[in-house]
Order: sequence, then structure tokens, then C-alpha cells
Amino acid sequence: MSATEMKRRDFLKTGAALGGGLLLSLYVPEWALADTAREATPLSATPATFAPNAFVRIGADNIVTVIVNKSEMGQGVYTSLPMMVAEELEADWSKVRYESAPVDAVYNHPVFGIQMTGGSTSTASEWDRFRQAGATARVMLIGAAAKNWKVDPASLRAENGYVINPATGARASFGSLADVAATMTPPKDVPLKDPKDFKLIGKPTRRLDTPDKVNGAAQFGLDVAIPGMMTVLIARAPVFGGKVLSFNADKTKAVPGVKDVLQIPSGVAVIANGFWPAKQGRDKLEISWDDGPNAALSTTGMREQFAALAKTPGLVARKVGDPAKALTTAAKTITAEFEVPYLAHASMEPLNCVVDLRSDRCEIWTGTQFQTGDRAAAAATAGLKPEQVEIHTTMLGGGFGRRANPANDFVVEAVQVAKAAKVPVKVVWTREDDTRGGYYRPMWYDRFVGGIDEKGNPLVWTHTIVGQSILAGTPFEAFLVKDGIDGTSVEGAADLLYGIPNLQVDLHTPKIGVPVLWWRSVGHSHNGFAVEAFFDELAHAGGKDPYELRRALLANQPRMRGVLELAAQKGDWGKKLPAGRARGIATHFSFDSYVAQVAEVSVDKQGAVRVHRMVCAVDCGRVVNPDSVKAQMEGGIIFGLTAALKSEITLDHGRVQQRNFHDYQMLRINEAPQMEVYIVPSTEKPTGVGEPGVPPVAPALANAIFAATGKRIRKLPILKVDLRG
Amino acid sequence: MINLKVNGKQLNVDVDPNTPLLWVLRETLALTGTKYGCGMALCGACTVHLNGEAIRSCVKRVADAAGKEITTIEGLAPDLSHPLQKAWIEVDVPQCGYCQSGQIMSAAVLLSENPAPTDNDIDEALTGNICRCGTYSRIRKAIHRAAEMKRSTA
Repeated sequence: MSATEMKRRDFLKTGAALGGGLLLSLYVPEWALADTAREATPLSATPATFAPNAFVRIGADNIVTVIVNKSEMGQGVYTSLPMMVAEELEADWSKVRYESAPVDAVYNHPVFGIQMTGGSTSTASEWDRFRQAGATARVMLIGAAAKNWKVDPASLRAENGYVINPATGARASFGSLADVAATMTPPKDVPLKDPKDFKLIGKPTRRLDTPDKVNGAAQFGLDVAIPGMMTVLIARAPVFGGKVLSFNADKTKAVPGVKDVLQIPSGVAVIANGFWPAKQGRDKLEISWDDGPNAALSTTGMREQFAALAKTPGLVARKVGDPAKALTTAAKTITAEFEVPYLAHASMEPLNCVVDLRSDRCEIWTGTQFQTGDRAAAAATAGLKPEQVEIHTTMLGGGFGRRANPANDFVVEAVQVAKAAKVPVKVVWTREDDTRGGYYRPMWYDRFVGGIDEKGNPLVWTHTIVGQSILAGTPFEAFLVKDGIDGTSVEGAADLLYGIPNLQVDLHTPKIGVPVLWWRSVGHSHNGFAVEAFFDELAHAGGKDPYELRRALLANQPRMRGVLELAAQKGDWGKKLPAGRARGIATHFSFDSYVAQVAEVSVDKQGAVRVHRMVCAVDCGRVVNPDSVKAQMEGGIIFGLTAALKSEITLDHGRVQQRNFHDYQMLRINEAPQMEVYIVPSTEKPTGVGEPGVPPVAPALANAIFAATGKRIRKLPILKVDLRG
Repeated sequence: MINLKVNGKQLNVDVDPNTPLLWVLRETLALTGTKYGCGMALCGACTVHLNGEAIRSCVKRVADAAGKEITTIEGLAPDLSHPLQKAWIEVDVPQCGYCQSGQIMSAAVLLSENPAPTDNDIDEALTGNICRCGTYSRIRKAIHRAAEMKRSTA
């Protein structure tokens, strides 16, 4: 066990004893005193760690550790949340470290009430709490110095890791004050800084986790090894909902290194002393499956069903004016249907989970976005109480929503294996398992009928959405599905920002046996495409410039209009391009952020699309780390381009047809465009950045392809669309 | 017993000679910086150097690596002094970070052969390395920066 883990355990123990862990002082054996010589001598002989709340710990070595309750999956949360603490604490940024939080109610999402990372909410939801955590610690450190120096705390200030007495020039490092600070009572409602005084927030700041990610030191779930651990691969049903009828493991057991073969609810587990024997053993299993109720599922069949449903009225999610009447009075109407496929998250790190299950406790190491749910499900599976289950959140090799599963699939299954195998296990999903494992972004079908008036302005907009509910059957259903409408199915459609006098958005929610889940930008991932591509069609039908029409219809949406204008200006909208190149534009509002993008493309005679440039403008309120916002927009653009151009999951006879990166393709570096990201300065509250960069990508691209070729893209991925000239 | 020379150290491993080098590095030698992403040489997360060439360790039999110089990300420069590591930190390339060992190992071979690569050279050398987080533009920028550092100290 590392010193860090040791500390964390003690912390939890003490925290529990104090009923919430809000005030505790923790004595640790090791202390670094490198720079104590030139600092004030601590009053207490015992070096202390000052842990004024669950989020901050300051050691005698002056190291400020911020305990981050959010999973780091690339979005930079191990840097941006510590920045908030450091800002108010007046910490020396070079002394700030991050640590992954254990599972505890104190770390619950302030809005969702569970410990999880998702919905592009980490910065927004922790904005006040993390700054407050830093401010509280600062006041206590100042209090400690005031006590030591017998002066009024109001006469002191904190700066760059020291408490300073401006009158005398005395300085005490935070570390030297830790033990006395630990005896202070945490103050309540400490006033936060005026944002104009921010020193760190708003400045491009290098990520704290980068060094470990360039020398192989960063530990992901797949890298965890514990004593006695076996590696496990599972043969899962080839059809969702299928069950093992019988199996023969004779050849598997003959593979050197295979220790055991066990049936578990999801299939047959091969327990071996490494990945390779487990893989060899699994390949040799002979299993007879009952394919179950989904054996006949096919993408073709679903598509027919969805298309038929789209022509019938669904449950109304939003209605403005009188769309039916407006359609009869419109000067011109146009109809268009859009479709997008199931998509796998395809994190670079395939799913995995390490479990050490004992009679009275269970320890889990995994890259999860969903600690509370996973812990509860693991406990129920193991027959333990949640507090007997400890989850170590490792680095996540990508999440994109797949590692926040209300069904807790990869954790529950690993606990089932550990229970059956009676040894510590690491369940590893191969790339094929990960691609075929379900919990996809749903397949969607969208039908629009729009009408314009005699001046070419949109008069009426109707949008029928067909697709599975992500939230049905999950604990989120109770508060996010209203009157049969899953809010995530219509997000980005029912909340259309454009001023169109007659509007209707309705929804069909077919039940299908393919497990679905949120996938970076959730409902916006398809509504962004369909809505913005159809808007472009309406603009052209009315003879309007798609940028100018958007601008006109956003008259009451200043923030969206702001990003639209910025993207158009930086993206050279309306300016001449070399022959063969064209631009497309799109906007989208999601996770409370406003994004507009301009795509610049060319299409060759063979129909191959080349994306040359993507210009992105974002308004996400006040920015903590501008470089992270840029990185998230850049990443969102590549993620969006991958989906728009390349990826699809299809089914035939209930079987997923894709396996690995050769048939579930990702954008590669030679296909990555030049990217520019512009952030609108704002004093509004911070809003999401992890996801909002994705939705405008596909429509900006599709609209650019139309401008280049005159062909409308109404189906993704574009790779499957014939664009030959 | 198979004799391997990894990051300058001679080691004997007792494994099935058909085991891919990747799993020997990760599981037998606990060098987990080299990652598993696809098992089919499609993603590049497992890239290491074999006698100075960038190879996909997920499809390289360990027996075929015997006696050759193997360098993993841990052996590149543990103290972060390699120009690519410095540039990666300066440009803040990684997001989730999972693919970055492979990206850096591919880039290291490119730089050893081409002191001033163009964007096209970079694209060609790193096409086999997928980054799902989409850090490609920063990878290009960081390789240019590393090439610059390398040239200025040469």
C-alpha cells in the first residue's frame, strides 16, 4: 500500500468517527523539511497534516493536495478543480498536487446527489464548493499564524503559499502552520474573491497530470496489479440478452496458465495467470448459446420501423403557435429525413475492473465515472453493505459516458467473477468485447417538415424524433422522463433557440433490445446534426445565406449570436476560397454552453471528403483553464468528425457486425484538420465544455459538403454516402 | 527461458514464446506504460522500439524480440528529459493520456530519422497511432517543438 493510500484510509476512518470528516487533523509518519530552515518554526513538535475539509490537505512539506471527487478521463479536471482551490487558498501552484477521492457522500455531485462525473458539469457544479474549500483553508492558516504571532488575523494576508504579516515582514509557509491550523474551527461562509482579483483562474495553466502521462507512470485501471490476481476474459453472448445453454471447457483447461473456467450470468469466464493464456483459453471454448428474444434484430429492420414511425405523430415535447395550420399557409414546404447509427464509445482503454473480494469487504480498482452506483451494485452483488466496498478510481483511458453506466455492467460482472473464482481478479475486455459490448449511443431517425413564407423566412418547423430512451429503466427515469418523454431524446431539438413562430417537436420511443447509453453530448449528438442540417436546407429553400438567416433568427439570443458572429468572422465566412473548397456553418446550445463552428472542406472526384479547417467559437461562461477549454473543443471536433465521417455499429441476426478499429474506424492524424478555437470572454457562471464541442461538427461538415457538391448529407457516417462527382 | 534486453537491462523471462511482447512487458516485467488498445496492430497504443524501429508489441511474438534492443516509454527518459517529453509537457498534449506512450514512441523514431519533419512527415509516421481524445493537432505542434529543441542542442 502506498503512503497515499494509507493516508486516505486513515482519513476516511477519522472522518467517519467525526461524523462527516469535515474537521480533522492527521498525523503522518513522513515529512519533508527541505525548506523549513528559512521558515518560522512550528509551535508543535509534531509535524501535522492540515485537512480542513474533504477537499484539501496541506502537509508539513508545504504540499497542497487537492482531493478531486471527479474522474479524470482527459477533460483536465485534475487541474481545473485544484486551480479553484489554489486560487482562494493563495497557494503556490508549483506545490499543488491532485489525488483521486474515495467514495463518500461528502464527494457527491452537488446537483445529482451521487458521486459521478458526467453531463459536462464538473466545473459548473464544483465552482462554488472548491473555491470555498480553498478560502476556508486560507482563513484557518491565517488564523494559525495570527495565533502564533499574537496579532489580529485581519492584519495578515496569504500569498503564494505563505501567510505574511505586512507590518513586520514575517512569513510562515502553509506547511509550517499546518499543525496549528488543524486545531482551528473552520469558519462558515467565507467570502470569495472578486473575480477581478483572480491570479490563476482564467490563465492558461499546464495540466498537473501531463508529466505522468509522458513517461508511462500514469496508472489506468488496466495497469493495476494486486497480489494473487488472476486475469479474466469472458465469453459473452453474441446476441444481447442471450444465455449460456451449455459449454465444454476441456480444450480451454488444457491451455497452460488457465486456472479455472466458470459460468457467470453474462457468459463463461476464463481465469488465467495472464491475458494471453486467458485469450488462448477463451478462443478454445465451445459454447452453445440461447440467443433469446433479440436473435432477429437487424439494422435494416429497425430502420424500416423507425422510418414508418417517423411519419406518424409522436408524443409532443414542445409546441409553439399552430404548426399544422402554418404548413397549409406556407409559401413553400420541404421535407427531409435524417438518420444516424448506433455508436460505440471506443475509449482507447478497453473496459476493465480489478476486484479483491473478501468475506467482509471488497476492494475495487477501476476507471469509473459512476462511483456511488458502482459501489451500491458491487455491494449488492457481493452481499455486502456499500460501506464495506472501497473503490479506487484510477485514471480513465477515455470515458465519453461509457464508464458511467446505471447498469454498472463492467463492475457487477467483475464482482460476480471474483465471487465465483474466490481469488482477486482483473476482468479485461478485449477491443472486440468493448466494441460489441453494447450501451451504445442510440440509433436515431429524424423527420422534418418545414415551411417558409413568401419572403423566404422560416414560418413553421416540425420535427419528429424516433429512437430508444437512454434513461428508461434507470434510476434517472423518475426525474428525467416526463409524460413518456425522455428529456435526453429531445435535448437540442425541443429547446431550439431560433425564433420560428410555429414549432412542433414530437417523439417516438421504440423499445429495442440493444442496450443504449449516453455518449459524449448524449441527445445533442444527433439532434445537433439533424436540426442544424435541416436549418441549412430551409435557408437555401428560402434563398437565404445560412449564416445571415441564423443571425436574424437569433436576435433574442445574444450569447449564441455572439459565438455565431465570432466563428463566422474568424472562419472567413463569405470570403473567397480556392476552387473545390467550401464552407459550412452550424451552431448548437448544449450543457448550458454556446458553440458555433465553421467547417472548410473539399470533396474529390472519387467522393472522398477532406476536412481542411475547423473554426470553433465557444461561450462557456467564466473560464477556469482556457487551454483546457481549447483542448476540449479540439477533442470534441475530432470526436464529432469521427462520428460524422466514419463510425457505425450495425446489427444483423442480432449480432453486432463490427469488431475492432478496422471496421469501427477512428479519425487518424493524417485526416485531422487545422483547428482554431476562440473563447468568448464572459463573466457568467461557468458551464460545460467536455461535450458541447461535439454537436455542431457533423452539421457544419454536412453543410459544407452541400456547398461543395450540391449533395445533402442526411445519413451518417458520410463514408457510406456516395459523393462521387 | 527467453532472454530480453529491455531499456538496457538483460532479463530472462519464462513465458510461452508465442506470447505477444506487449503482455510480457506489461504483466511479466510490470512495464505498464506500454498500452493495450486493439491487439491487432490497428491503434499503436502498444508501440515500442525494437532495434530502434517502432513496432506494435501486441502482434510481436516475444521469441522474435529475443536478443534485440527493446525500448519502452519507461526507458525513453525516466526523468522527462527527452525533447519529446518536454515538448509534450510544454504543449500539454495528453488528455486521457492512454495512447500517448505509443504516440511518443512513434514520434521518437521519426525524430531520430528526420530532424525537421513536416506536417506530412508527421502524419505519415503517426497514422498508425489512434487518439480517441483527438489530440492530433497538439501532437503535430509538439513534434515540431521537440525537433526544434533537438536541433538547438545538437
